[in-house]
Amino acid sequence: MAEKSNSERPGRRKFIKKGMLTGAGALIGSGLVSSCSDEKSGESSEKVKLLTTDGKLVEVDKNQLQHMSMDLATREESRQGIPGSKFVLVVDLSRCKNARKCKIACDEHHNLTPDRPFIKILKMQDNPNSSPYWMPKKCFQCDNPPCVKVCPVGATYKRSDGIVLVDNVRCIGCRFCMAACPYSARVFNWGKPNPPVDREGEVYSPESSSPSLIGTVEKCDFCPDTIRQGKLPPCIPSCPNGALYFGNELDDTVTNGFETERFSELLREKAGYRYMEELGTLPRVYYLPPANRSFPFKDDPSIESS
Amino acid sequence: MDKSINDQASEGYLKEIQHDLFMTLSWKSRRSKLWLVALFLIIMLGIFAYYRQIKFGLIVTAMRDYTSWGIYISNFVFFVAVSLIGSLMSSILKLTNAKWSTPLTRISEIIAVACIICASIIIIVDMGRPDRFFNVILHGRIQSPIIWDVIVIFTYLIISLLLLYLPLIPDIALCRDHLSSVPKWQRKFYRFLSRGWKSKPEQYKIILKSIRILSIMIIPVAFAIHTITSWLFATTWRPGWDSTNLGPYFVSGAFMVGSAVIVVAMYFIRRNLHLKKYITEKHFDNMGKLLVLLSLVYLYFNINEYLGPAFKMVGVEGEHITELFTGKYAPMYWMVQIFGMILPILVMLPRKGRKPFPMLIVSFFVILGAWFKRFLIVIPSLQHPYLPIQNVDQSYREYFPTWEEWAICAASVAGVLLIITLFMKIFPIIPIWELAEEKGVNKEQIK
Repeated sequence: MAEKSNSERPGRRKFIKKGMLTGAGALIGSGLVSSCSDEKSGESSEKVKLLTTDGKLVEVDKNQLQHMSMDLATREESRQGIPGSKFVLVVDLSRCKNARKCKIACDEHHNLTPDRPFIKILKMQDNPNSSPYWMPKKCFQCDNPPCVKVCPVGATYKRSDGIVLVDNVRCIGCRFCMAACPYSARVFNWGKPNPPVDREGEVYSPESSSPSLIGTVEKCDFCPDTIRQGKLPPCIPSCPNGALYFGNELDDTVTNGFETERFSELLREKAGYRYMEELGTLPRVYYLPPANRSFPFKDDPSIESS
Repeated sequence: MDKSINDQASEGYLKEIQHDLFMTLSWKSRRSKLWLVALFLIIMLGIFAYYRQIKFGLIVTAMRDYTSWGIYISNFVFFVAVSLIGSLMSSILKLTNAKWSTPLTRISEIIAVACIICASIIIIVDMGRPDRFFNVILHGRIQSPIIWDVIVIFTYLIISLLLLYLPLIPDIALCRDHLSSVPKWQRKFYRFLSRGWKSKPEQYKIILKSIRILSIMIIPVAFAIHTITSWLFATTWRPGWDSTNLGPYFVSGAFMVGSAVIVVAMYFIRRNLHLKKYITEKHFDNMGKLLVLLSLVYLYFNINEYLGPAFKMVGVEGEHITELFTGKYAPMYWMVQIFGMILPILVMLPRKGRKPFPMLIVSFFVILGAWFKRFLIVIPSLQHPYLPIQNVDQSYREYFPTWEEWAICAASVAGVLLIITLFMKIFPIIPIWELAEEKGVNKEQIK
């Protein structure tokens, strides 16, 4: 865990508070505890209660909390996964009505311009007789990732927690990973990035994929920076219909921010599948079929089908 | 008595070749100056375009997130293809004792070297972060086909340079000893490169043995260089590239376009440098037969490449084939297949078609066809991903190269031509000593 100065990324520091952890925090690996149990610098009367992932309630001095707050993982640290985790995403296609809130939350979190998002909501129709449906698509964080296999410099890598990240400090911009990815998950900074918000002094970490850098590739990263802070990736709670579930396969729990489900049960009951299983890429993103839908399909005329 | 007449005759012949070839080094006509200026200007324009790319990023190209590789990559594949001709002419034909190809070996080897150099440059141009080129060495992952390509291209360049240089040494020594009117730096240059060559038997022994070893070594490397280039595509999860046929398909196409390049080079070198005596109609006839054979082999691999997918029409693979056969790329596809592959077979099969001028025209078609064929291999595949392309700007769906991309590709072609031209200004383009030896001149007397 990085223990760098807090002043490097003002405004992005979020403290782990008791309430935040109750739902989402159940997913998070043991990383948090270790980062909060460091030596303290000063005492104050005010104490903060913290719920750790193993269910212990601990009391921590508030001064200390501020001082010890989570910082972004360095480039070396972000090569290691969050211990005890295998992250998965489940998308319930029956609940998606193309609200696009996940995409907006993602753009905001990564400071992306709206025209080149990490999340795409695709209009799909499997055959002419079946009804069309909306398919939110991000990086599938494959367990047999084509992008990682082809990268000539190891700029994109697979971690023990299942996440595939890009280190834009090492990336040489050959775009072999883009050619190799069968899901078109990657976007390239063809020109100078034009972030909507000026986050001056922002320090880059492969875990935050921000700020973007000209001539390098980037993609959905499952937001390990927010996971380390004990929160869900921003796309998950932003979905008004609870279509996106995120969780830890090792805990067998996934949550959409409102309900927490057993991962294995959800897949079993709703016939979960992975997109294009036959490619052998072993995605960590699962889909639940668009049956018994929450909403009737309403077309978006701005989307041309190809 | 007989022997001395023979000696005199062969010595006369040596003097004649030497004279004819030395004449080629002193071309100072206005046409040749204009040619150099034109090449220089094209290269300057390319450098300006690259300056803009460095300044603004790859956004100056027409490449976007779906069509993430463009004509830089297809141009790279084209140059790698052409470079294979070096191994065919100076190694495969030599090892099979096809003596007629001797005057063409040096031409083909300098073309190979020039193409490999420009292929390496164009691949660096394609990089989003050329400033991080050394990451390829610092952090290179041997598992990545790009690293295989880097290794094999470097190996091929070194062997090709040696195969160019070693047979050149006796000729450089001739230049050193007989060219007195050249500038001082050039004489020094000859002296340096000739490495004390004195046409001694032991010197020949070393050089001939090295050439023989290298010309055997280069064959697997030549096959590897273009097969691995095909693997840059075959190892990805893309319709249109997902083919086990891709290696031989690339290699056979490479030998074909390389031969066409040799024909064009032969035509202009023979005419402009007045070498009709050495590059004869017989050479064109033989190259024509070779080109027909290579076209037939390439045709065979083309049928293999397209028949299976076109018969089955599976999903996106079928969409890709439909787009090539009847869609927006159909005009380009059929032009390339007909003019670049069928036409050479039809024209050069009869003897009349194997005359220099018709062969020049057909070879131009083959070269153009080969360039656009590589465009058709690289770009349409990228435009047919498994998932639909939606909600993007129109520029993400189409790919029309920008002027910067054209300028840089044109500059790379000009770069190849410039390297070849400058080489011909300094060194005899036809191996004097090898030709003389074939005519019965004792090699130790070549000095």
